[in-house]
Amino acid sequence: MKLYQLSVKKIAEMLARREVKAQEVLESVAERISQVEHKIQAFTTLTLEEAQKTAMDIDRRGEITGLAGIPCGIKDNLCTRGVKTTCASKMLENFIPPYDATVVNKLKSDGAVMVGKMNMDEFAMGFSTETSCFYPTHNPWDLARVPGGSSGGSAAAVAAGEVFYALASDTGGSIRQPAAFCGVVGLKPTYGRVSRYGLVAFASSMDQVGPLTRDVTDCALVMNAICGYDHRDSSSREAEVPDYRDFLQTDIKGMKIGFPREYFLDEVEPSVREAVKKALLKYEELGAVVEETSLPHSKYALPVFQIIASAETSSSMARYDGVRYGYRDENAQDIAEMMSNSRGRGLGPEVKRRILLGTHFLSKDSYDAYYLKAMKVRRLIKEDFDRAFEKFDLLVSPAAVSTAFKLGEKTEDLSGVLNIPANLAGIPAMSIPGGVVDGLPVGLQLMGPPLAEGTLLKAAYAFEQGSDYHLRTPILEV
Amino acid sequence: MTTGKYEAVIGLEVHAELKTNTKAFCSCGLSFGAIPNSHVCPGCLGMPGTMPVLNRELVEYAIKTGLALNCKIAEYCRFDRKNYFYPDLPNGFQISQLDLPICTAGSLEIETQQGKKTIGINRVHMEEDAGKLVHQGNIMTTPYSLADLNRAGTPLLEIVSEPDMRSPQEARMYLEKLRSILLFLGVSDCRMEEGSLRCDANISIRPWGQEKLGTRAEIKNLNSFRALERAAEYEIKRQIEVLEEGGQLVQETRTWDEDRQVTLSMRSKEQAQDYRYFPDPDLTPIIIGQDWIERVRKTLPELPDQARERLIKEYNLPPYDANLLTMSKDVLDFFDGCVAEYKEPKAVANWVMGELTRLLNQNNMEIKDAKISPSSLAQMLKLLEQGTISGKIAKVVFEEMFATGESPDKIVKDRGLVQISDESAIKAIVEEVITGNPKVVEDFKNGKGKALGFLVGQVMKISKGKANPEMVNQLLKEELSRR
Repeated sequence: MKLYQLSVKKIAEMLARREVKAQEVLESVAERISQVEHKIQAFTTLTLEEAQKTAMDIDRRGEITGLAGIPCGIKDNLCTRGVKTTCASKMLENFIPPYDATVVNKLKSDGAVMVGKMNMDEFAMGFSTETSCFYPTHNPWDLARVPGGSSGGSAAAVAAGEVFYALASDTGGSIRQPAAFCGVVGLKPTYGRVSRYGLVAFASSMDQVGPLTRDVTDCALVMNAICGYDHRDSSSREAEVPDYRDFLQTDIKGMKIGFPREYFLDEVEPSVREAVKKALLKYEELGAVVEETSLPHSKYALPVFQIIASAETSSSMARYDGVRYGYRDENAQDIAEMMSNSRGRGLGPEVKRRILLGTHFLSKDSYDAYYLKAMKVRRLIKEDFDRAFEKFDLLVSPAAVSTAFKLGEKTEDLSGVLNIPANLAGIPAMSIPGGVVDGLPVGLQLMGPPLAEGTLLKAAYAFEQGSDYHLRTPILEV
Repeated sequence: MTTGKYEAVIGLEVHAELKTNTKAFCSCGLSFGAIPNSHVCPGCLGMPGTMPVLNRELVEYAIKTGLALNCKIAEYCRFDRKNYFYPDLPNGFQISQLDLPICTAGSLEIETQQGKKTIGINRVHMEEDAGKLVHQGNIMTTPYSLADLNRAGTPLLEIVSEPDMRSPQEARMYLEKLRSILLFLGVSDCRMEEGSLRCDANISIRPWGQEKLGTRAEIKNLNSFRALERAAEYEIKRQIEVLEEGGQLVQETRTWDEDRQVTLSMRSKEQAQDYRYFPDPDLTPIIIGQDWIERVRKTLPELPDQARERLIKEYNLPPYDANLLTMSKDVLDFFDGCVAEYKEPKAVANWVMGELTRLLNQNNMEIKDAKISPSSLAQMLKLLEQGTISGKIAKVVFEEMFATGESPDKIVKDRGLVQISDESAIKAIVEEVITGNPKVVEDFKNGKGKALGFLVGQVMKISKGKANPEMVNQLLKEELSRR
């Protein structure tokens, strides 16, 4: 085993016991990056020099704890002081924020070693990382396939051993679907559990930052580092943060698990459905009580999301006007032309499509019929969950409708149907490796009531310990 | 003005810039006239990933203002985004309040010639200001424009009246009253010329007796009370002319051209922008409990109406004086400070409304920038009462106090302005004048009344104004009757 293949937990222990130097860990990762990055294209920016300095500082420390000295990747829509934060958009190609996102700041003060910024769909709008203005990222399990999106760079790099973990964002499945496609663990926390300050907004009422890791234990470790109230984010929650390691237990006897029938319909490929059903049997074996249930309004999640997310997008994206920062058309003759050309040329087609849609949905004549209606249905979707969680500790479903598809193959992905309800309801949801179909990973989605990340981690851990899916790694010829 | 068979209907939308310690949604300080872009941060520059955090002080100021305007304070309100593109608007949207404003259903009272009149306040809501653009000369011909974002994010209250005013004069009175209330509350500087108090007027006309409102025009760019009154007069006249000539009015936005003293059309209703308001997803709703409202109520200072009552009741001042003295908190404070040391309110009022106001206007100054203190005016009035100085000398002393801030005692002493009340000294001058003006003395004896005045003037001239005027009069008459 090479160092880059080990888990966050293992490396942390070795660093703490001085069995290895942070610089050696970084060297191992850097070597891996040099071997596979040209195939994967998971990064937008590499920061190995800065990482080298941080690793040296860590090695001088008297005591090494937590995530100190462990190389990680940061999705390129999380602001990093002094390091380009591009959102994989020509608009922000050269944007260097003078501030850190709160989560980045938290990792830095823990001594984390950031090796680079991760590729993504432009402004997180996409499901395959193909809308990146730079290049698509490739799935380590099959380079002809997409890693999912929008956090494709983050998930692919974690799977390929280029980083030990990554921080990403999830607005409508952007952590969970790539986690499913790349066979890693991805958690979208409760809305407000993790600060959004410094996360470039896509749809503010649903955006949430979370970890991508290789196993459930690592997920708990990263959650410990990033959760908590932040006065700079008015939507962050003041609830106390538990030590998530306490939930890493295998005894789930009597745990009540529901599987909503609306999440197993025809959109989901039969092979994936079968794999998830097998996982449910596994849960029964482990002593959980598994029952079918219904979330009748979840079937409206996709259109509701499209309306609300694009409405919020049309407003949040208005700041990219070429006036203060970002791409500017220098040849425009007046201010209106400068602004419209800067936006027209600086933003990609998928982003512009959503801005146009959102502008329409918020306009006087459509507001009631679309935006207001969507907000009402959003409430119904949430109430379905409230009712379900009176009965169940958690809900299980596929995390994606298929395994990873080929680049250029799809112009839409219905996985959103499975992922989006959790964003609309603000509840925590997680994707863990739950099976294999034709050599490709299948993601198992766990959803829990607000602030029940611990329950999710426990159920995930119990499943993981009874399986070996998380131990499989993609074979990349070096 | 006469409006013939039409009745004018006016409502005002007033924006007041609040003088909180920091901006509405970030921790930058406020900064009128500071170096451009020196009071900005990633938040108020609209940089990616930044988030607004509501300034509690802004909510308190809004509650305070709402209470002073007899409004209902909402238990639950929220912020909305008003979306439009402009280079001085960093986020591409303004955080404002649309359908759930913090204050509703209030009123204030004005004093018209027909008596007291209540003007309804429709709503008061919180929002943030934009920055400003600096052009090279004219906006249409400037080769480039610069953005100064110091003002971006400054908290504003928008105070919207009901269409309850019926004349330009009432509109002006409403604005004056509103301004004085805001000044008494201490929430805004209310400097119209600097833009910290801005006013738009909605104006329409309708035939007398008609319930339905006419087609309104919104008039912008009203930078003074006078501009408001003039623009309203012009606009009413214009609308009457359109209707009288058989034309139709269109709902539109017009601007007041100060140079030409006319209103000009900017855009019609059809050209109005759709601001695509929706609830701001980055800000949580504001819940205002009764206890918070009561806490703020306890901090309410005396307001203009209460102060006015007090001046009339406790000091016996005429309503006219009470009105003038309560137009501004600073003026009232000066008056009160002076009365505290010199218990003749009417005399103090006369000096504050007279000489002090004259000198302030003449020097284009505000009372709080003046060097003269309430205490020094009180001292001066005591000198006057004691007869140490004459009324005429007092004006000289007052001007000196106003210019230098020196105490009246020192001015009187340094410049030798003490009144001469020594009988023998005045008598000597009187004799000198009588001896030196035999012809005038002759005229006096022949019954020419004016002659006495001339002789008094001569005595005052020789005494350099310091002779006690009453004594001069008396002694002159005595001397003349002896001859």
